[in-house]
Amino acid sequence: MATLSDRLNINSQIEHLQAKYVGTGHADFTKFEWALNIHRDSYASYVGHHNMVAYFGVVENESIGRVKYEFLQRMLLPCGLPPKAQEQSEDEEDK
Amino acid sequence: MFLYSLTLSRASGIQSAVYGNFSAPKAQEVVVSRGKILELLRPNENGKMQTVVATEVFGCIRSMAAVRLTGSILDHLVVGSDSGRIILLKFNKDKNVWVKVHQETFGRSGCRRIVPGQYIAVDPKGRACMIGAVEKQKFVYVLNRDAAANLTISSPLEAHKSHHITFSICGMDCGFDNPIFAAIELDYSEADQDPTGEAASMAQKHLTFYEMDLGLNNVLRKWTEPIDNGANLLVAVPGGADGPGGVLVCAENFIIYKNQDHEEVRAVIPRRSDLPGDRGVLIVSYATHKKKAYSFFLVQSEYGDIYKVTLAYEGEAVTELKIKYFDTIPPCTSIAVLKTGFLFAASEYGNHALYQFVGTGEDDEDVESSSAALVQTEEGFQPVFFEPRPLKNLLLIDEMASLMPITDMKVANLLNEEIPQIYALCGHGPRASLSVLRPGLAVTELAVSPLPGAPTAVWTVRRNATDEFDAFIVVSFANATLVFSIGEEVKETNESGFLGTVPTLHTQLLADNSMLQATFFDLSEPQVYPGGLRHIKPDRRINEWKVPGRRNIKAAASNEKQVAIALQGGEVTVFELEVGTGLLVEAEKRDLGEDVSCLEIPPVPEGLVRSSFLAVGTYDQTVRVLSLDPGQGLKNLSMQALNSVPESILMLYNTGPGTERATEGGLFLHVGLQNGILIRSEVDRISGQLTDSRTRFLGTKPPKLFAAAVRGNRCMLALSSRPWLGYNDQGRFNLSPLSYEALDYASGFASDQCPEGFVAVVKSTLRILAVENVGDAFNTQACRLRYTPRRLLIHPETKLLMIAESDNAAIPLAEREDLQAKLAALAEEEGAPVQGVEFNDELAALEEQFGAPKGQPGQWAGCLRLVDPATLSTVFVTEVDNNEAIVSMALVDLVLPAGPGFGGTEKLLVVGCAKGLRYMPTDCEAAYIRVYRLADGGKRLELVHKTIVDGGVPGALCGFKGRLLAGVGPTLRLYDMGKKKLLRKCEYNRLPHQIMNITVQGPRIYVGDAQESVHMMRYKKADNAFYIFADDIAPRYLTTILPLDYDTLAAGDKFGNFVVLRLPREASQQVEDDPTGGKMAAASGRLNGAPHKLEEVVKFHVGDTITSLQRAEMQAGGQEVLLYSTVMGAIGVLYPFTNREDVDFFGHLEMHLRQEHPPLCGRDHLSFRSAYFPVRSCVDGDLCGQYASIPAKKQQMIAEAMDRTPGEMLKKLEDIRNKIL
Repeated sequence: MATLSDRLNINSQIEHLQAKYVGTGHADFTKFEWALNIHRDSYASYVGHHNMVAYFGVVENESIGRVKYEFLQRMLLPCGLPPKAQEQSEDEEDK
Repeated sequence: MFLYSLTLSRASGIQSAVYGNFSAPKAQEVVVSRGKILELLRPNENGKMQTVVATEVFGCIRSMAAVRLTGSILDHLVVGSDSGRIILLKFNKDKNVWVKVHQETFGRSGCRRIVPGQYIAVDPKGRACMIGAVEKQKFVYVLNRDAAANLTISSPLEAHKSHHITFSICGMDCGFDNPIFAAIELDYSEADQDPTGEAASMAQKHLTFYEMDLGLNNVLRKWTEPIDNGANLLVAVPGGADGPGGVLVCAENFIIYKNQDHEEVRAVIPRRSDLPGDRGVLIVSYATHKKKAYSFFLVQSEYGDIYKVTLAYEGEAVTELKIKYFDTIPPCTSIAVLKTGFLFAASEYGNHALYQFVGTGEDDEDVESSSAALVQTEEGFQPVFFEPRPLKNLLLIDEMASLMPITDMKVANLLNEEIPQIYALCGHGPRASLSVLRPGLAVTELAVSPLPGAPTAVWTVRRNATDEFDAFIVVSFANATLVFSIGEEVKETNESGFLGTVPTLHTQLLADNSMLQATFFDLSEPQVYPGGLRHIKPDRRINEWKVPGRRNIKAAASNEKQVAIALQGGEVTVFELEVGTGLLVEAEKRDLGEDVSCLEIPPVPEGLVRSSFLAVGTYDQTVRVLSLDPGQGLKNLSMQALNSVPESILMLYNTGPGTERATEGGLFLHVGLQNGILIRSEVDRISGQLTDSRTRFLGTKPPKLFAAAVRGNRCMLALSSRPWLGYNDQGRFNLSPLSYEALDYASGFASDQCPEGFVAVVKSTLRILAVENVGDAFNTQACRLRYTPRRLLIHPETKLLMIAESDNAAIPLAEREDLQAKLAALAEEEGAPVQGVEFNDELAALEEQFGAPKGQPGQWAGCLRLVDPATLSTVFVTEVDNNEAIVSMALVDLVLPAGPGFGGTEKLLVVGCAKGLRYMPTDCEAAYIRVYRLADGGKRLELVHKTIVDGGVPGALCGFKGRLLAGVGPTLRLYDMGKKKLLRKCEYNRLPHQIMNITVQGPRIYVGDAQESVHMMRYKKADNAFYIFADDIAPRYLTTILPLDYDTLAAGDKFGNFVVLRLPREASQQVEDDPTGGKMAAASGRLNGAPHKLEEVVKFHVGDTITSLQRAEMQAGGQEVLLYSTVMGAIGVLYPFTNREDVDFFGHLEMHLRQEHPPLCGRDHLSFRSAYFPVRSCVDGDLCGQYASIPAKKQQMIAEAMDRTPGEMLKKLEDIRNKIL
């Protein structure tokens, strides 16, 4: 059983936030993860605002329904494939 | 600077539409969301869709659903918005308003990824509803009813699943078993972790059933199964006793029937034969028609084709799924089947429509695909093809105009009218148009017939008091009266009983079906007949009352039971219709001692014997209200001094629904004065006291007031130098100009063809006119275009409109083989070449119905067009070849290179084009700037030369001191005009992303970036260099900028924010005074930015992408205002306050209304208007305008808090509205 002080400590609070609100960052957040969240948030916002989907629809000459679907679909992999873990550590070494 | 924001014409695009019975059982109604407006529509008897009520909700509506509790006869509306709350609304029929039944907060506000509101699904039995977010979150609420049969809502039950994207949810029909909700979900958690991409390619969509256990009060993930990865939409199949249950999963190219423990049944969606092979067919909207014996689904594809989907089943086992081509209409966001056999189609872009079903779609000729006939080959399932054809099963009944999307707008007075016209580029693809909007109501001319001589007056008379339509038109001339009977045709008649040899002053049908004719004599004519009253009984017996003492009648007024006349010298006599004898008996008489100019008796209020008021206007510049109650002797009840002689009076009851006073109906006195002013005062219905006077200038002629009918209510027609219509619209009295020439005299008119019109005389013609679309702020005329219009310019000298059109993934006209043949055939027929589809109505109608065929992405079609604004006809059109997209256009004064045939300055059209433009990320194969010369007096465009530019898309062009400024990608370049091409002189390539706008004022250049707001730049001639001296502090995705003065700019962005930016005075001075022009300072910028920062003077969230900003005076001699247009088709105005009192007043009113009248969908008003940037120095006029529609008690409370009366408050609101338009 966690004690009261444990529950109130900063780490568990952050963990709670991270669990509750998707996209909350942490100390080891990578640029890629950050970009993922930005892009997913953007697509979700576009889909929610009808004027934005319509705007994209006019520009691309697509049906609004198609634009919405494509945006949702792109939320799967919004910024391409994630970088390899090894490469990342090499990058850091380079720096 | 302090602005007042007001929507002039609300958004006309529809985000979603829901069918239901909201106001009464069996009432066929559709609720539509127009982004931030909730509107209830109902078709009238003639099948015209009419707005019952439109409510601005100050929030972003994302989804809606109708919910009906078991055993209930009315629907409630569940709304998912950006408020972080679930809202349940009920329609109050008596007050004509939506009432919030429940508002339950579940999380944060905003249209965010994990904030539910994006999807709403309702259990068909109305026991539960699910509200879902794009990702992770889903809540289920249990709906129930309490002892008093009120709807209750439980606390939310969570059905969350992390890392899951939801595509669609629906409430399954499973009779009275536990409610089940189905969802299409996609798990992305593994794709995020796997750098090889294997997980991403393996990602699988799942169909998941969530069961709401009503007994245990929890939600279970009951069943989940992989489905087709193209799945995007779920449609519930009737279950329980009505069908097999389960869901239809609409996926790209397929519709699949799915249910737990049931094999999937799959059928391909028939596809158009001209569709490129790599394009799928996606279902975007659907409607379910559910009846015990026979239910079917109509689904619409992204290309607009409607299919009828039927299921064959035995018990709970589905044996066959059939998809049959039904008809083609433009693509819709929502379609709804009305129980009376209509289909409401809410178009994605352009006009919405109401269709009637004329066929069931059972025709064997039409293509059908079936699950039984599914053929699997090596390349996948074999497709089924069809050719779209003209409508067969649907019949167009009515169209609702929609301007969505407005891509560009200019306001200018090109036709020398009283006020400027608004030229808006609207629509998309083949449904694009150039619309000219004029404030006022559109008038349709139903008939125009010449008359012998110039009539002085006209009336319409019914045969019976209970008749729906008028029987006679009475036209009076200087010395005669003509009577026409209304039937199949309008012809002269003698059987009416009216005396034709004298001029008529007044006519009236009395309550006992007898008619009254008041006659007078013209002093200049030899007197043949004394003035008097002729009372024509239904059997054509005539009782006459002659004016005693050879005096003349000056004015007469009447209602169905009372008649008042005024004689020369000011003697007023009132007659009443005696019930038993049917005689007109003199009731009261009084000498006012002053000549009377006009009289008015309002209609007898329902349930009463007589009207108790008589209004009299006299030449001593007063208007009095006299009592008509018996025994009062026409006592003066009240009197109002005027500043001119009254010309005409009309009294109207305020009978609009939605007002608190509807039960008793306020009585209003309207007086038209000889100086052209209309005064409107409220008459106390007991004491006759006049209060709360408002004045409005109508025109240079004295307004004559007449009664006419609008939506069944008596309203006012005021004829001055232009005609006006005063009517009640949603509880507010509106006075709108009619877009028609001045009328001399008019009267209400009702006939079979024209239930609500009016008959008018103009010089020596008789006209029958009708007003359409009452309630619209603008009337529209349109000119058809070929592709989506992008830019609009007005040539200042020739006054021609220049339009750039281009479409992505479209096939240019020259490559349209199907069209070329048709056009050639047409040309042969007409003997002249037909330049495009838009010039032939028949071809254009087909093109509009089917849409243009799809090309490849990156394939472009475009054209440049010159349009004459007077006739709205195309003067010249030329296609842009070489697969180029037109991205910018400007008229520029360029200094021509010296040489033979050159030299001097010329106004040239410069067009920026991008070859093979693609988006996300923006990229093109090549970019060009084309220079066109206006030949043949500006009636033709001639390509001078084409310059290839490198570095990106030429997004903006502007003239600068005889040279051309071009924003190419992130580079600002200066070009000189050369003989063969443009010559690059200078460039600045460190702007952030993509230049969207350039405007120039003197030496300053304002550059708008696609993501990074405005940069103020200067050009230093000595160094031949540009430099930035000021920029903005916030990132803004600009769409348009408009300079207000040397230091100030107004700008609009993609996310719907309006902002006014200003260079602080000291900074401005410093830049001007600096000998280096701020160049040195620029070098020492702060944090890679410019040395000076722009201040935000005004910030306001409009809530809809702003596409253009214009400044204009919308009233003759009025104040200049800012107009904006939006993607959803709204036109709004920002009016700068001129004094501090108004700022205080409206600021306080807004504050009180935020408190007392929070927005309907639960979004906090202040946070909505501050959605991206905190609102500043701008009052929301739309919220203030809602003051008129809140309960009287609250009106009183707010007014008291502001030390005013509600009347004064309303007057202020009306005044400011009248100042704007």
